Amino acid sequence: MEVTTQEFKHCDLIKVRGRVDSSTAPQFSKELDKATDNGKYKIVLDMSELEYMSSAGFRALLATQRNCKRYNRGEVVLVKVPDRIREALDLAGFTELFKTFDDTTEAVGSF
Amino acid sequence: MTFPAKFEFLDEIRDMVAETARSAGFSEKTIYSLQLAADEAATNIIEHAYAGVKNATFSISCEIKGDQIVIVMRDTGKSFDAKNVKQPNLKADLAERQIGGLGVYLIRKLMDTVQYESSASGNILTMTKRRD
Repeated sequence: MEVTTQEFKHCDLIKVRGRVDSSTAPQFSKELDKATDNGKYKIVLDMSELEYMSSAGFRALLATQRNCKRYNRGEVVLVKVPDRIREALDLAGFTELFKTFDDTTEAVGSF
Repeated sequence: MTFPAKFEFLDEIRDMVAETARSAGFSEKTIYSLQLAADEAATNIIEHAYAGVKNATFSISCEIKGDQIVIVMRDTGKSFDAKNVKQPNLKADLAERQIGGLGVYLIRKLMDTVQYESSASGNILTMTKRRD
């Protein structure tokens, strides 16, 4: 798994690549926390090169979404969610907790 | 196959399941579901059955029987009481959403049958899914 962050004026674009499971989720959480610890609560998560995510990754997403939405200070939105991962998120009832976009520019522009 | 009860081996477990399913002509969509179910089940064994236990191992077999794949996981850790796993409330809003129990919920949704037996000699989880 690899995470890269790009800072925009109104939000951070975080790209996660590879596989997020119980082994790599702690690192994924840490990268998300880096943004929120810096006061960045508007986050676009680019999942276009994400190959796999288990419930350990969903847990990290949920914690970050909670943190970001507190006091209406921001939120996490998802962009380019691969079909398989979208199906799993759907099954877990997570899709309604996150806005999703097909286009990165549109997602960044939503903030 | 025997695996150390460590999260670093989840990759290998998912690969093993995928290889068996692919060789039997399962679709990529179903293979993803099988990998996710096996991962969640193995994660539960590592995290809960062997909580605090060092150098533990568990075994996984993955076979094709007729038109279905049969995944069996055996561990000798703490047994799991399904009664203690609350059904996650998928309609709860963000603040109330609980993540516990989601792994078990996903396993049941992703597989056709899930059977769990616990005895003095250990725990056996058997999961099956038919080829689509």
